Amino acid sequence: MAERTVVEAVNDALTLEMARDDRVLVFGEDVGVTGGVFRATEGLFTKYGKERVIDTPLSEGVIAGAAIGLAIAGWVPVAEIQFLGFAHNGFNQFVDQLARVRYRSAGRFSAQVTVRAPYGGGVRAPELHSDGFEAHFAHAPGLKVVAPSTPHDAKGLLLASIRDPDPVLYLEPLRGYRQVKGDVPDGDYVVELGKARVAREGTDVTLVAWSAAVQIALQAADDAQAQGISVEVIDLRTLVPLDVGTLRSSVTKTGRAVVVHEAPLTAGFGAEVVATIQEEAFFSLQAPVRRVASPDVPYPVQMLEEQYLPNAERVLQAIIATTRD
Amino acid sequence: MKEAARAAPANLDGVSSASMPPLVRYLDQDGELLEDQPMSDEMALEGYRVMLRGRRFDERCVSLQRQGRMVTLAPGIGQEAATVGAAMALDSDTDWFVPQYRELAGQLWHGYPLKLAFLWHVGHPIAFQVPGDLKMLPFQAAIAGQLPQAVGLAWGLKLKRDPGVVLAVFGDGGTSQGDFHEAANLAGVMKAPVIFLCQNNGWAISTTIEQQTASETLAQKAIAYGFPGIQCDGNDLFAVYATVREAVARARDGKGPTLVEAVTYRLGLHTTADDPSRYEPREMHELWVDRDPLRRMQRHLVSRGIVDRAALDRIEDEVKEELRVAWDEAQKEPAPDPSFYFAQVHEDTSPRLRRDLERFDRNRRG
Repeated sequence: MAERTVVEAVNDALTLEMARDDRVLVFGEDVGVTGGVFRATEGLFTKYGKERVIDTPLSEGVIAGAAIGLAIAGWVPVAEIQFLGFAHNGFNQFVDQLARVRYRSAGRFSAQVTVRAPYGGGVRAPELHSDGFEAHFAHAPGLKVVAPSTPHDAKGLLLASIRDPDPVLYLEPLRGYRQVKGDVPDGDYVVELGKARVAREGTDVTLVAWSAAVQIALQAADDAQAQGISVEVIDLRTLVPLDVGTLRSSVTKTGRAVVVHEAPLTAGFGAEVVATIQEEAFFSLQAPVRRVASPDVPYPVQMLEEQYLPNAERVLQAIIATTRD
Repeated sequence: MKEAARAAPANLDGVSSASMPPLVRYLDQDGELLEDQPMSDEMALEGYRVMLRGRRFDERCVSLQRQGRMVTLAPGIGQEAATVGAAMALDSDTDWFVPQYRELAGQLWHGYPLKLAFLWHVGHPIAFQVPGDLKMLPFQAAIAGQLPQAVGLAWGLKLKRDPGVVLAVFGDGGTSQGDFHEAANLAGVMKAPVIFLCQNNGWAISTTIEQQTASETLAQKAIAYGFPGIQCDGNDLFAVYATVREAVARARDGKGPTLVEAVTYRLGLHTTADDPSRYEPREMHELWVDRDPLRRMQRHLVSRGIVDRAALDRIEDEVKEELRVAWDEAQKEPAPDPSFYFAQVHEDTSPRLRRDLERFDRNRRG
């Protein structure tokens, strides 16, 4: 057990899995000698060599597309997209192709492919580097979408993703990359896909979040506690498949819910969570389910980032409001 | 089409259509050999038979579609030499065929069954389930979408020290897609054992090649990616075969990709939803009817004495019978159950999908 950051936990998982399974290939832009722009792949090139850790051309479509072919050839590709928004350059390969390999071939082929991508904002990255586009991919049947918030889960979920027989988009929290530290067990363990985590138990309001928003949710829950409101924080960890059972049992208990995400409000994944809650726990609800999200404007440049993203104060206000509804 | 003829170079290193303009051709329009026949007579006859199978299949399917018995389909009429010639250069035990959607004749040579081809055109999902261990990816409707995958596959084979190479087929319109350029670029960098076969049939639906690109040839696009590009007469089975054979040898030898532009012509429709009379000049169509690859092969086979006219008629009858049997079998295939598709989204069906399927079943039962 050692204290690690999220990005160190990712590196730990990659190092471990490349040793365990010699079919695993790591590739993407600048993942080789330099170890990735966030150093997530640091040390892999030296350890596993240029045939298994490959710098590719700057070309997201062919990174995703080639991953399909590599998987069909018997490899286990783990590709890195430098920032999630760049995946849109190859949207066809991600959504129409990678997600549907098993389906299109009626089961003849499958794509045991993991695509890792940092996403979300709050790190003063240049324009078009910080978008929260998870909903674009959660809406693509065939693709699993994983979004850990802690170092422990980052490692266990990445190992589970790489071993999953189907394609997984594994989203890494930009804001939590180095800020969030935590104990990470040494050695091999997996966190099962499709299982949410109760990050904090509570009785009055359920707060649902994933990825970097979990930290905001926990802060807001602390603040609410100081005002006598007991908040249960659910860290979804996996968006697809969604852990409906954990949502249902928490909201059945609390009767109130708030969903938090960094992405813009309209058609964000929060809408899916809210719809699920009303389907599964409608008769337990004592108030409308609220959403705290970024506004429906494109992600701003650095000076406006903090005003744009949800923060603990906005979440606290939503918690208080829902208890008064 | 340029009229000069020449054999495929024995070594494609550094070849580009910019440096060597005349396209590779073995047979003239009348089926007379201009170079030595690059395959045995038996193989030539077998190639012809598969070309004919592809042609008659497409004609039959267009007719069935007009009767409302098939879905919208894209016939490959006029392009049989390009696709069969390329497939003949592969070893189907080791090599992969990665199609777009207008190369069925070549796929038949590689081993794709006629029955499944019919099922493709009735919209049955089983047609996409490439059978057994046949080394072929499913049909691909996204233009050039298969190319990054073909390069990944070729790269993966190379990493495994597998002797296989990959034939990736696409059309002239495909060369305008980012996927083509991204795939070609990666293939060059990785020296992936892939042959890009571009069927330049003159049309992307109604868009002419001049509207598609300002490049003099499509083959020359390979120059930018650091590997050879070469044009061959796509209506000449021998020219395509000999050119792709060299490209395959190069790929197997670790020398990386080749772009082969097969200059051909779409004698049929883009799809059965298309009406070429809106845009295709009649005289152009007639010019290419004279260049029909099937007729060219017939003339060659007869003039070389490989078969006589009576034998050609016999082959026609045999192909007709094969198609009848395959279509009968296809019609006996049970309709797909929706559970078939629910089961193919992930290896393990998620709880949500299971719930959806249960609802679906309940609704169906009423």
